Amino acid sequence: MTYEVTIDGKSHRLELERADGLWQCRLDGRQIRLDAVLTRRDVLSVLIDGKAYEVKRERTPTDMHLWVGAERFAVELRDPRSLRSRKGSAADERGAKKLVAPMPGRVVRVLAPAQTEVEAGQGVMVVEAMKMQNELKSPKKGVVQKVLAAEGAAVNAGDVLAIVE
Amino acid sequence: MFKKILIANRGEIAVRVIRACRELGITSVAVYSDVDRASLHVRKADEAYYIGPAAASESYLNIAEILDVARRSGAEAIHPGYGFLSENAKFAQACVDSGIKFIGPTAAAMEMMGSKTRARQRMEQAGVPFVPGTSRALESFDEAEQVAARIGYPVMLKAAAGGGGKGMRLVGSPDDLESALEAARSEAQRSFGDSEVYLEKYIVNPRHIEMQILGDEQGNCVWLGERECSIQRRHQKVLEESPSPLVDPDMRRRMGEIAVRVARAADYTNAGTVEFLSDQEKNFYFLEMNTRLQVEHPVTELITGLDLVHLQIRIASGEKLPFTQEQVQIRGHAMECRIYAEDPDNHYFPSPGKITLLLAPSGPGIRHDSGIYEGWTVPIDYDPLLAKLIGYGTDRKQTIGRLLRALNEYFVGGIKTNLSLFRRILNDPDFQAGNLDTGYLDRLLALSAGTASAPAGGSEIAAVAAGLFAVLEPIAPSSHGTSSHGGGDRNGTSSWKRTARAEGLRSG
Repeated sequence: MTYEVTIDGKSHRLELERADGLWQCRLDGRQIRLDAVLTRRDVLSVLIDGKAYEVKRERTPTDMHLWVGAERFAVELRDPRSLRSRKGSAADERGAKKLVAPMPGRVVRVLAPAQTEVEAGQGVMVVEAMKMQNELKSPKKGVVQKVLAAEGAAVNAGDVLAIVE
Repeated sequence: MFKKILIANRGEIAVRVIRACRELGITSVAVYSDVDRASLHVRKADEAYYIGPAAASESYLNIAEILDVARRSGAEAIHPGYGFLSENAKFAQACVDSGIKFIGPTAAAMEMMGSKTRARQRMEQAGVPFVPGTSRALESFDEAEQVAARIGYPVMLKAAAGGGGKGMRLVGSPDDLESALEAARSEAQRSFGDSEVYLEKYIVNPRHIEMQILGDEQGNCVWLGERECSIQRRHQKVLEESPSPLVDPDMRRRMGEIAVRVARAADYTNAGTVEFLSDQEKNFYFLEMNTRLQVEHPVTELITGLDLVHLQIRIASGEKLPFTQEQVQIRGHAMECRIYAEDPDNHYFPSPGKITLLLAPSGPGIRHDSGIYEGWTVPIDYDPLLAKLIGYGTDRKQTIGRLLRALNEYFVGGIKTNLSLFRRILNDPDFQAGNLDTGYLDRLLALSAGTASAPAGGSEIAAVAAGLFAVLEPIAPSSHGTSSHGGGDRNGTSSWKRTARAEGLRSG
C-alpha cells in the first residue's frame, strides 16, 4: 500500500508491506522494519528495534490527530489510488469552500446572510456551545452562496453551515 | 444521620457526592434534565428523577421542581454541589421552609457574604485585611499624595464607576501622581460621566491563594490549609495545589486564623473557602468568601486525610466537628488538573460531543474524579468540566512527576480536551520553581506552543502509524459527522469498501 501522509503540514510518502508477520515500511525512501499490533480501538502498539511506542488516534468529525507518547500530531492521509480523495482534494483547491461546524452547538446569529460579500476571516455566523460563543469565519474571500443553518438551529460537528464561493 | 440525600447537581461533583453517600450508607437521589438521562450521576445514584428541559434555568436551577422531587422521594437533605443553586440564599431558605436540610451555610450567612459592601463593613470591623487604599473617592490631589505615601508605591488609580480598565492608571512614583490623577479623572468623566477616582495599592504579580475552613453548628471552626489557585485563564481556575509554594508555616497559620475570623464574623457553618490576594512578599488581603464546596476540594482532602463531603454531611446532620485545630495535620503535596472539553487549537473553545475512547489513568498517587464514560455524549448545555485529575506525593516534585506520568496514560478520544495544556504547565521551569502569579498562564500561552524539546522521530512514528491505522482499522467515511447524518448509501459504501480492503489485504 502507498499513502501520502501529512504530519503537521509536512508531506511524506509512505509504503507499507507485510513481511513475515511484521511490516516493512518505506518512509520517504528510508526502510523501517517494525512490529505493530492494534491493542484496542484507536490504540496501536509499535515496536521498532526493541523500542516501544504507544500511538493513540484522536478522531473528531473534522480532523484527526495522533499521539506518540506525549506528542500530538495533526495527520492527513491520502490514498493516491482512491478516486474519492483525488476528487475531494481537487474540489478543495478552487471554487466553493464550506464553512463547517467544528463542534456541536446552536446557531445564535447569522452575521453574513446569503449573497453577502465576505473577506477571508470575516465572521459568517456565531455558534454557541457550553455557554461560550464562537464566531465561525469565512475560509476565503468571496460571496456567501448559501446559508444552510438558520438562527436557533442545533448543529453537529462536521455539519456544513454555509458555502462561500 | 440522614437516611436519604438529594444531590441537586450533575457531572463529576454529583458523582462525588453520590459516592460519599454510598460510603456512609445513605440512599442517594439524583436529578436529571432531558439531556442527562444517560449521564454518569444518574447511573451511579440509588434513585433518579427527571426535573425538566436541558436549559439549566428550567432544570438544575428550578427550585420548585427540585424541592418537589425531594418531598416525593422522601429526601431529608439536599447537597447542592458547586455552581447551580449552591450559593443561592433563596434556595437555602426554601429548603428550610420545606423542612429539608440544606447541606451548606445558612441563607443569612450566604446573603451577608454575597453583598460586597456589607461583607466589607463586617470584615473590616473584625480586623480582616483588605488591599490598602481608599474605599471612597479621593477629595483632592493632597489626599491622593498622602494616601499613596502611606501605603507605598506603586499604586493604582481606579474610576469609582469603572470597569474594563477605563479610568485606571498605574502610578510608579510620586512624580507621576498628579498627571495620572488628572488623566484618570478625565477618562472616567468621558467613559462613565463620573470623574470620581479612588486609590489602591498595586499588587505586583499577585497570587490567588485561598483557605479552606469548616465550621459545625455548635460554634467550632477550623482551617484546613491553603490552596494556590494562581494558574487561571479568563478568571477560570485551571490547576490548583496545596500547599502553596509561597506559603510557609507562619503565613499558613496567620491566613488560617484570619479565615476563621471571617467565618465567625458571618456566623458561618459547614464548608467554605476564604479567598485572598497575596503579593510575592507574603502580604495577603481578603477578596471574598465562597459559600460552598469548591471544585478543587480534593487537594485539601489529600493533604489532610479528611473527607470534606463526609464532614459536610455529618455537620449538617448536627454532629460536632470530630477533631480540633491542633489535630489537623498537613502532609505531602497535592495538585489538581481540571480536564475541560475544550479545543487547545481553537482558543480553548468548548468541544462537546461523543467520547469514542477513554483511557483513564491510575496507579500510585493518582485520583480521578470523573463525570464521563466511553460512549457518552458530552452535552452542549453545561460547563465543559469533564473530570479532575489529582496527583498526590511526598513533595511537590514527586507530585509533578506522577501527574506527568498519569497524563501520558490519560486519553480522551472523539472530543478535544485541554490535556496537552497540563503537560506544558507541568514541564515549564517557572512552574516547577513555583514562580506563580495570576498572569502566569497568559504569558505561557503567548509563547509559541512549539514544544522545542520534542525528540526527533516522533513525527516519523506518527507518519508510519497513520498508514498502519488505515490498514488495520480503517475509518468509515460515515463516521465523519454524526450517525444521524450519514445517509444509508454512504454507510453501505463504507462497509463495502472496508470489506474490499480487508479482502485486498488478505490476498496481498
